[in-house]
Amino acid sequence: MTPVTDIKAQMDVLPGLDPRAPLLHVDDLRVEFRTRDGVAKAVNGATFYLNAGETLAILGESGCGKSVTAQAVMGILDSPPGHVTGGRVLYRGVDLLKLGEKDRRKVRANRIAMIFQDALSALNPVYTVGFQLAELFRKHRGMSRASSKLRSIELLDQVRIPAAKDRINDYPHQFSGGMRQRVMIAMALALDPEVLIADEPTTALDVTVQAQIMGLLAELQHQRNMGLILITHDMGVVADVADRISVMYAGKIVEEAPVYDIYARPAHPYTKALLESIPRLDHKGRQLNVIRGLPPSLTDIPSGCSFHPRCGYAREICRGDQPPPSYQIAPHRIASCHFIREVLGV
Amino acid sequence: MFRYIVRRLLQMVLTFFGATFIVYALMFAVQDDPIQALVGERPITESQRAALTERYHLDDNFFAQYWYYMKGLLTGDFGTSMTNRKVSSMLADAWPVTMRLALLAIVIAATIAILAGVVSGIRRGSIFDNATLVITLIVLAMPIVVLAPLAQLVFGIKLGWFPATAGKNATLWQLLLPAGVLASLVVATELRVTRASVAENLRADYVRTARAKGLTGARVIGVHVLRNSLIPVITLIGVDLGALMSGAIVTEKVFNIPGVGFNLFRGIRTEDGPLVVGFVSVLVIVFLVVNLVVDLLYAALDPRIRYE
Amino acid sequence: MSDTSILAAEVPAVGRPRSLAGDAWHDLRRSKVFWVALVLIVVILLMAAWPSLFTSADPRECVLSRQHKPAGGSAIFGYDFQGCDVYAKTVYGARYSIIVGVFATLIAGLIGAAFGLSAGFFGGWIDAVLSRFVDVMLGIPLLLGAIVLAKRLSSDPASNGVFAVTVTLGLLGWTTAARVMRSSVIAAKNQDYVAAARMLGAGNSRLLFRHILPNSMASFIVVLTILLGINIASEATLSFLGIGLKGDAISWGIAISEATGYVRVAAGPLIWPSLFLAATVLAFIMLGDAVRDAFDPKLR
Repeated sequence: MTPVTDIKAQMDVLPGLDPRAPLLHVDDLRVEFRTRDGVAKAVNGATFYLNAGETLAILGESGCGKSVTAQAVMGILDSPPGHVTGGRVLYRGVDLLKLGEKDRRKVRANRIAMIFQDALSALNPVYTVGFQLAELFRKHRGMSRASSKLRSIELLDQVRIPAAKDRINDYPHQFSGGMRQRVMIAMALALDPEVLIADEPTTALDVTVQAQIMGLLAELQHQRNMGLILITHDMGVVADVADRISVMYAGKIVEEAPVYDIYARPAHPYTKALLESIPRLDHKGRQLNVIRGLPPSLTDIPSGCSFHPRCGYAREICRGDQPPPSYQIAPHRIASCHFIREVLGV
Repeated sequence: MFRYIVRRLLQMVLTFFGATFIVYALMFAVQDDPIQALVGERPITESQRAALTERYHLDDNFFAQYWYYMKGLLTGDFGTSMTNRKVSSMLADAWPVTMRLALLAIVIAATIAILAGVVSGIRRGSIFDNATLVITLIVLAMPIVVLAPLAQLVFGIKLGWFPATAGKNATLWQLLLPAGVLASLVVATELRVTRASVAENLRADYVRTARAKGLTGARVIGVHVLRNSLIPVITLIGVDLGALMSGAIVTEKVFNIPGVGFNLFRGIRTEDGPLVVGFVSVLVIVFLVVNLVVDLLYAALDPRIRYE
Repeated sequence: MSDTSILAAEVPAVGRPRSLAGDAWHDLRRSKVFWVALVLIVVILLMAAWPSLFTSADPRECVLSRQHKPAGGSAIFGYDFQGCDVYAKTVYGARYSIIVGVFATLIAGLIGAAFGLSAGFFGGWIDAVLSRFVDVMLGIPLLLGAIVLAKRLSSDPASNGVFAVTVTLGLLGWTTAARVMRSSVIAAKNQDYVAAARMLGAGNSRLLFRHILPNSMASFIVVLTILLGINIASEATLSFLGIGLKGDAISWGIAISEATGYVRVAAGPLIWPSLFLAATVLAFIMLGDAVRDAFDPKLR
C-alpha cells in the first residue's frame, strides 16, 4: 500500500530549489508583534543552521522568542499582530519568506513539519485522530479515504500506539498524554518531512513518559535521516539527544556549540549561568547559583548586549549602542560576548 | 453517551414536573374564585360554573387538581375553550402555520448569524465587524412590539415590498416578512455568539496545528474552526425557541396569521382562561422537549460530552 | 505556555499599573457607546420624573374632532385616533416604563442575589437544590409565564396594572442574575485571598460582604442593566397584549397596540412611541454592553 508521491517531484519545480544546498539556514530572522500598547520585538536577528540527520536544540527561558522563531520558520505566526520584519529562512536554497502562500503551504508538513507542546489542545477535539491524520494524505497526496485510513493506521503503528486499528476512531481526549503526543508525532511524520521542529514536545508529560517520547523521536529521526530542531528550556533533555545547541536570549542566538563543548566550557555568561543554576548531586550542600533579575520585556530590550543588566561580567562596553559581535571560538563554536576569554577562563 | 442521555432525561422529567407545577400553581393557587379568574369579567351561568369546577376538579385539593391537570396534558386532553372548541383541535389547526413560520425564522436567523458571525469573527476590528456590532446592538434593543408593527408599516405598507398580512394558507412569500421579524429577535444573539466563538477558536492551538499541516485557509476555517464554533450556537437555538414563541404571539397578531400565537392572543384578549391555560401548557412542553433534543444534538456534535 | 502567550501577558504591562475598576473606568470614558447611552438615559429619566419639562399639553385631554389630525402647534407628532396629543402621550409614557423597569429589576436583582450568593457560597446540597430550581424556572419562557402570572395578579379591574406587571417581571426575570452571581461567587471564593482571609479567622458574613461580594458585583451589575432594558421591553409587550398596564395608565405598549389598528390611516401614533421605546431599551442595553466591555476586554 505505498502511495504515489508525485508531490515531491512537483515541489522540485520550486524556483531555486537545490537538493545539494544546506537543509535549513535561518539568517538574521526578525519578528515583531505590533499591539495597541506598543511593538514587542520577539526575535532580533536569530541565525542558525541545521543539517540532515542532525539534532539542533534551541535553548532558552520562556518568552525568549524560541517558539516564535519556530512559527516564523513554519509560516504560521498569528498575523496580525505578528510580522516577520527581516531575515531569510533558506530551505535547500529557497528563501521560504519570499514564497507565495500556495508554495509555502506545500512546504508545510511535506518538507518541514512541527509538533507542539500540549497535544491535547493542539489536536482538534471534535474530530477523530484518524480523520486528522487521514486529512494529510487526502489533501496533500489526493489519496482516497480508504487508502489514507490504511496509511494512518500504519503510522500509528510506527509510533507504537497499541491496537492502532481500533484507536483510529477515537477522539484526542480519549488518549493518555503520552499517547496523544505520539499521535502528534505520527501526524508530523506522515508526509516524510526532511525537517521536524519539536516545540517543547515533552514539557507537558510525566518524566518517565518524557524519556519514551524522546527515545521514539530519536529513533524515528535516525531511520529517516531527518533534521530535528528541538525547542526546549530543559537542559537535561538537551544533553541526552542534541548534537548542537543554540542558546537564545531576548530573541537572539547568544551562543552556538556542539553539545559536549557547551557543557564542558560555556563561552557566554548566560549559558554559564544557566548551567550553574541546575541542581547537581556533586554540589550538594552548596548554594545554588541563580540568574539575577528577570528576562527583559520584549517591548523594552536593553541596549547593547541585552543580557548586561543580569550579567556578572558586564562592563561599560556592554551597555553601549552596539550589541557584541559574534566571535568564532572554534569550528562550529560561536558566542556573542565581549568577554569570551574571561568566561572560558583562558 | 448512554449515561448522558439518561441523566438528561431525568433532569428533563424534573424540569417538566417543576415547570408545569409552577405554571399550574400560578394559575390556580391562592385564588379567591378560580373560576372567575379563568373567565375574567364575563358573566357566567351556574351550569358553566359547574362544568368548569368539574373540568378543573376545583372541589379537590390542590395536588389532586395538579394531578388531573397533568393527566390531561399527558393524554393529549388540553381542555375546552370558552367557545366550546377543544383546545387540542384548535392546536391541530394552528400548529402547522406556526411551525412553518418558526422554521422559516430559524433558517433565516441561522443563515445570517453564521455567515456574518464567521466573517466578523475572522476580521475582528474591521469595518464589517464594527458595523455588524452596531447593527446587532440596535436589533437586540428592538422589542417585538416595535419591530413587528414597524416592519409591517415600512416594508408592507409604505414600500410595498412584501405582503402586509398573511392569511390562513399563507405562501412562503407571504410568511417571509413576519418570519424575518421573528428571526431578528434571535439573530443578534446568535451572531454575537458565533463571532465570539469563532474569534476564540481561531486562537486555539489546534488551528495552529491545522495550519502547520499545510491545509488551505478555507479548510482550516471551514472544517476545523467552524465545527467547534457552531457547538455553542446550536445550543442557543433551544433557548431561542422561547423568544420565538413569545415573539410569535405579537407577530402573528400583527400580520394576521392564524397560528398558535394568534389564538393565544385572542384567548388573552377575550379572557378565555381555559384556552390560555391549555396553550401555555403545551408551549411549555414543546419548549422543554426541544431543549432536550438540542442537548442531545449538542452531545452528538461534541465528542467530549458524548464520552463523559 | 507558548512564547506568544507569555508575550501577550507582558505587553500591556507598560505604564502605571491600575486597579481593575480604575482600568474599566479608563476604558469607559473613551467609549462612545457609553456616553451615548448615558445621555439617552438622563433624558429619559428627566422625562419620567418631570414630563412637564418637555410638554405643556395634557396627554389625557383627547378630543375626537382632532382624530388623526397631522402635526400642528405644540402637538409636533400629530394626534391619534382618539384625538390625543401623540407627543404629550409619548413623553408621559416614559414614567411607567421606568417605574416598572426599575422596580421589576430591583426585585429580580434581590432574588437573584440571594439565590446566587447562597448557592455559590454554601455549595453542596444547597447549591444543588437552588440550581435545580433555577433550571425549572428556565423551563418556562418569560412571556408565557408572565401571561399567566400577570393575568393572575391583575384580577382587580380597577387597578392600572403597574403593581401586577412589576411583580410579574420581578418574580420571573431573576434567573440570569442568579446564575451570574453564583458563578462569580464561586470564582471569587476559590481565590487565594479569600482562603487567606478565612484562615485569618474571618467569619462567613465578613467573608461574604467584605471579600466576595465586591468582587462579584461587576458582572452582576452588567446583567441587571441589560435586564432593565429587557423589563421595559417586556412591560410594553404585556401591555400590547392587554395584560400589562391598562385603564388610564399611559404606556408605550398600549399606544403601539392601539395604533396598529389604524396604521394605514396614520403612521405617527405608531412610529413615535415605538422609537421612544426602542431608544430607551437600546440605552440600557448599550450601557450594559459598554460596562461589560470595559470590565472584560478579552474579546476586543
